[in-house]
This record gives sequence, C-alpha cells and structure tokens, in this order.
Amino acid sequence: MKQNTFVLKSSPHFRDKDSVSKIMYTVVLSLIPAVIASVYFFRLKAVLIYITCVATCLATEAVFLKVRKKDLRSLWDGSAIITGMLLAMTLPPSLSLDLVIIGSVMAIALGKQVFGGLGYNVFNPALVGRAFLQLAFPVAMTTWIPPVTLNVNTATFATPLGNLKFQSSLTQGALIPLKDLFWGNVGGCLGETSAAALLLGALFLLFRRVIDWRIPAGVISSLILFTGAFWLAQPDSYASPLFHVLAGGLIIGAFFMATDMVTSPINPLGTWIYALGIGVLVGLIRLFGGFPEGVMFSILFMNTFVPLINRYTRPRILGERRGAS
Amino acid sequence: MRKQTFPRGIHPPEYKSITEDQKLESLEPPKKVFIPLNQHFGKPADPLVKKGEEVLLGQKIGDSEELFSAPVHSSVSGKVLFIKEHPHPLGSPVQTIIIANDGKDTPHQDTKGAQDPFSLKPEDIRKRVRQAGIVGMGGAAFPTAVKLSPPKGKPIDTVIINGCECEPMLTSDYRIMLEYPEDIIKGAQIIRNATGADRILISIEDNKLEAFELFKQKMNGFPGDVALVKTKYPQGAEKNLIYALLNREVPSGGLPFDVGVVVQNVGTVKAVWDVVSSGKPLFERAVTVSGPGIKEKKNLMIRIGTPFQNAIEHCGGFNEGTNMLIMGGPMMGLAQWNLEIPVIKGTSGLIAWKQEAPPKEMPCISCGRCVQHCPMGLVPTQLQNYSRHELYEEADQWGALDCVECGCCQYICPANIPLVHWIRLGKNAVTQMRRKKKSG
Repeated sequence: MKQNTFVLKSSPHFRDKDSVSKIMYTVVLSLIPAVIASVYFFRLKAVLIYITCVATCLATEAVFLKVRKKDLRSLWDGSAIITGMLLAMTLPPSLSLDLVIIGSVMAIALGKQVFGGLGYNVFNPALVGRAFLQLAFPVAMTTWIPPVTLNVNTATFATPLGNLKFQSSLTQGALIPLKDLFWGNVGGCLGETSAAALLLGALFLLFRRVIDWRIPAGVISSLILFTGAFWLAQPDSYASPLFHVLAGGLIIGAFFMATDMVTSPINPLGTWIYALGIGVLVGLIRLFGGFPEGVMFSILFMNTFVPLINRYTRPRILGERRGAS
Repeated sequence: MRKQTFPRGIHPPEYKSITEDQKLESLEPPKKVFIPLNQHFGKPADPLVKKGEEVLLGQKIGDSEELFSAPVHSSVSGKVLFIKEHPHPLGSPVQTIIIANDGKDTPHQDTKGAQDPFSLKPEDIRKRVRQAGIVGMGGAAFPTAVKLSPPKGKPIDTVIINGCECEPMLTSDYRIMLEYPEDIIKGAQIIRNATGADRILISIEDNKLEAFELFKQKMNGFPGDVALVKTKYPQGAEKNLIYALLNREVPSGGLPFDVGVVVQNVGTVKAVWDVVSSGKPLFERAVTVSGPGIKEKKNLMIRIGTPFQNAIEHCGGFNEGTNMLIMGGPMMGLAQWNLEIPVIKGTSGLIAWKQEAPPKEMPCISCGRCVQHCPMGLVPTQLQNYSRHELYEEADQWGALDCVECGCCQYICPANIPLVHWIRLGKNAVTQMRRKKKSG
C-alpha cells in the first residue's frame, strides 16, 4: 500500500480567518481619520509627535523582545504601533520631543512588557505612558496651544474642559460651542479634539466588530446620566451632558482606549459593569475632582478591576441551575 | 415560518453543495473486512466466533452482557482470518475480527423482520434494536437501545429526529433523508412507540430545504411535525437542538431524558426501521467522502469494516499533496493516520485536504469571542487557562464538564489557541479528580 504521512491534530480542523494582527491593523486603520484631523489642526508638531511615539514604542518593544528572547516577528503584530499612535493622540501638541520619548518608553515598558507583553498587561499601555508623564511633568502636560486653524495668538490657552473648570466659562457665557467640539477646532490633546474624525474610525471598528459596542454605549450613557442629573437640577452651574460627551478625551477614551481587548472584561455582563463604571468616574472627576479631565484615570482605575469583574461575571451555562451546587 | 435556533454558535463555510447532489452509491465490499469489537460508547463486545470459522452476512460475531455496549455483525459472508488488534479510528488499536470475503453475501438466516412492526411492544423493539447492534450514527455512537429505555419516573413526551447535519462538508444524512424518507418516518413511529412519547419532531436545517419539503409532503397521515431550524453550528448538538425546538434546558450533567426528550439521528432511525421491518442488522452506513484532497467527491454506502483505502480509491484517490484525513466532519472529526483503519458505525464522513502549517499561537488578547460564540455559555479562554495551570478544581467550578467539544471557540479564536485541546485535557483531569473524591 502506498504510504501517506498524515498530519495528526485534534479538532476543530476549520478556523476563522481573523487573527490578532488583523485586528490590530484594523484598529491602526481606524485611527487614520483622527490622525489626519490632528495634522490638519496642529501641522508639523503633530507629525513629529506621531513619528516619535510610534518609533520609540517599536524600539522599546524590540529591546524587550530581544532581552526576553522572544520571537522578534511579534514586533509587527501591530500592538506596539497602536500604543504609539494612541499615546501620541493623548499628548498636548506643545510637548517637547524628549518627553514624548520618555512617555513612549514608559508606555511599552511599564504598561506592557513588565507584565509579560501582549495579552498580559493589566492597564492600557498608552494610558500608562500618559499617566507617567502627567505625574512627572504636570506643567508640560497641561500647557496647551491653540490649533493653527483658530488663528489666535496667545501665550496661554486652555482646553474647553479647563475653561469650564478654572475660568468659570459657564457663568460668563464663554463655553466653547458644541459645533467646534464636534469638528475639533479647539485646544486639547493631539488626537482627541475632533469627535467627528474619531467617530468615523469608531464606526468602522463597530462595523467590523473589532470593538464591543457595549463599552462606548455604557461609558457614554452613564456619563450622560450622571452629568445630566446635575445639569437638570442646576443648569446654571453645570455644563450640559452633550458638552461633556464631546469635550476632552471622552470620545477617544470610550471608543479606542476603554475598548482595548486585553484590558477590558471578556463577559458581556462584566463589560457593562466596566463601561458604566468608567462613565460615572469621568463625571465624578470632571464635576467634583481637582482635575478638569478624568478619562485617563477612570479607564486605568476600571482596568484594575477587570480580573475581578471577569471572575464574578461568569455567564450562565446552558442547563445550569444557579446556587444548586 | 419561524426558524428556531439556540443562542450563540458560529457560521463556518458549509461546502455542502460539493456532494449534496451525489446519490448514495454502494461501495463494493472489500476482499477483507476489519470489524472492531468496539465501535460504540461503552464496553467492547466479546468475540462470538473463532479463527477459521465460516460467517454469514449479518451474523452476530461479537456481543456483551453489559448494558452500555452493542453487538457487532459481519458485513460480508466468508471466513474469519484473525482476531487481533488492528488500528482503529479513535486512536488506540482495538481487538478486531478480520474476515475474508467469499463474495457471495450469503445472508444469515436469523435476519427476519416483524409481521407488523407498529404493533411491537416497547420491550420487543428495544431487544431487536440491541440485537441489531444499532448505535447513534451521528458520530457519538451511543447504544440506541439504552437511549430507547427511559428510566422510571422520567416520562418521554417528545422524540426529536435530528436531520440537522450541521457539520460542514457532510451530506450523508441529507442523502439518507432524500432517498429513504419513508423509512425515517416509519422508524420515527417505532421510536415513539418504544419510548411512549406523544410527539415526533423532525428537525432539518434551512440549508436543506429540499429535504424539508419532501418530509412535509411524506408526513401525510403520520403524526408528527417537520421543523425548519436555522443553519448554524452546532445546531445538531443534542442539548442545543432541544433548546432550539422546545426551549427546554437539559440540566448540567444530565441527559435528554431529564426533560422528557429522546433525540435520534436520521441514520439511526433508518437503521431502526431496517431491523424491525426486515431484520437487517447494522452492517453498512452512509459516508460522505469529500474535501479538496479527494479527486471525486461522493456519498457512499459502505460496509462496516471496509478499510478507508477502498473508499478513497473508489473516489479516485487523493489529490497531490493531501496530508490530512479526517473521520467525521471538519469541526469535530478525528484526524486519521493510516488507510487500513476501517469504517465503523460512527463514520459519517471521510474528509481529506492539504493541511498547511498552522499559524503561530499568540497570547490570548481577551477579545471574548470564544465567550460570545460558546453554545454552552462557557468561558473557553478561562477553562484553557485553568487546564494549562492544572487548576482542575477551578476548571470544574467553571463548568469544564459541560463542554461538548464542538470547537466554536477555537474556530473563532484570532490568537489560534488550541482551546478545545486544553479543555479536553482539563475534562479528563476533572473526571478523574471527581472519581478520586468519590472513592476517597
């Protein structure tokens, strides 16, 4: 008999075509509109920060992979590129490039590789990098420049949320109009300002089912409920919920940061708890905290709870009677 | 009409059109047949014949006293050459009766049907089914006589005839449905009589509309309904099918009996009708031979014990580069290593292709897709993690034993993690742990 040598493996023998790097590069693609918007608003500054962030993240990742004797091909799985892009988008456009490099190294080193690399990190790596910069260089991280398109010439400039918090823009009737917030013609972090560009990318991710719709839905709805309650009670002292949704880093946070698969819950119920928690925390910090913005800390804080949430939100097994055994 | 289904699951490519119009073709019996004494769930049968003995077609050549067992029959007439260990589709070699075919197919005299099958008593039906060696032909090969014996205090109200055939590429059940609809409908009545059920539900996936229409038309005069269910994998898995049709949940660790249901595959039902009507025991079955590795894809009627080699050769042999052969479907089938391995009662298909080197396994990125698609409501990534770290207590608490190994999680996993493989290991360890606890 003709002898064939057969491959032996256990079932299933069919496999969906999606892969981790396909998912990662889909996210990279979805960020392109927001990248273009930020280059439009901040010009060369934006280009330099993006390049520095992505290059430093890749370099740091490569060093760690080499030291940990891992396959260097993992460098191109797309995850380090996303971290670089997302970190860049959360930095003030005026930030000097040496700080950008420090932030990028920290994002990959402290945010990802110390935990064991892709899949093992507890916190969103980009936000870890940003949090480090915020704590170590608070002044540089809160110095804002106006977008080129605004044509203003001031030494100091504030974000819409900063205006609201420190300059009582609400009572003076100087609140930034929603239209500018939506298109991004305002001060703020590099990639967070244009809600329109971000939402375009987010729609693409939702359509491709790369992100879980429950996360943005939960974050936004709980923020609306929280800030809306205060606004309804005292519209003179609190900004409208819509202002809170469009201002600052909420859109980028809800659609691109909180949805990071590695650092968000795996079970549907857990996902709701996590998302609602983020929205409430953002509202709490913005309305009553010392900072004008709270998206970064809220997501990092809820990231901490993900393992616990996963543990206590096991779905019901078909045929299981809860509490019976 | 509302198409019923279960929550979650997946939609793998079907590839059924390749063979669905190929009529069942009888494969010429081979010169030698290899009848394993264990082709079912439970204890192996003991041989009833000796080396050198003459046997006839359909003669019982192995049986057991055990409840969870089934007899085996000769699929040709001829002479017993050897009784020895031979390669088996499930992996380890099994005691096998090897018979030289005399080419005459002289039938065994005992094989007679009942005068009026519909008046047979339940006990009588079970005895005949047991004697005919009938086991579940969907693949699990659970002894059918046991399935027809509901325990006291668990009345059966519904018999579900499973014509879902949700595995991609397989069309053997579909051909049986198109070519033997009356046998299946009558067999269903026999099963209803044996279990004392009121209701018959024949369930067919909506990618087999021709079979659905045929059954609706043929049901004329017979009690029972034909239900169209959504094409989704694993629609034909017992617990999911019961949920889809009746909205009942088989309790964790329980059997369909517990919710008053008996589920039988269409091939099994035909075999039941064969034995009560003509006395023919189970010695042949429908097998789909398909996949990109096969030259001429076909549906064959194959005698039990025929080596894979004969079936493959009849289908023109392998295409260049074929290096994988699966018994069953691509989702739950077993990879085979040798062409001398025989077709057994649970062989629903032989699928071959060229297997490329699998992509590298990546770390779990917690995308949650395995959770979103698990038809049992499990958390596969957590189970494989527990299994890898030998945390079997935790694996048990997270429902490892509820896993039916359908493979949805691994199919959908973007990180290419062998989830089912790890969960299987975990299930074994959990079972052993439970046993130890009981005895110690």
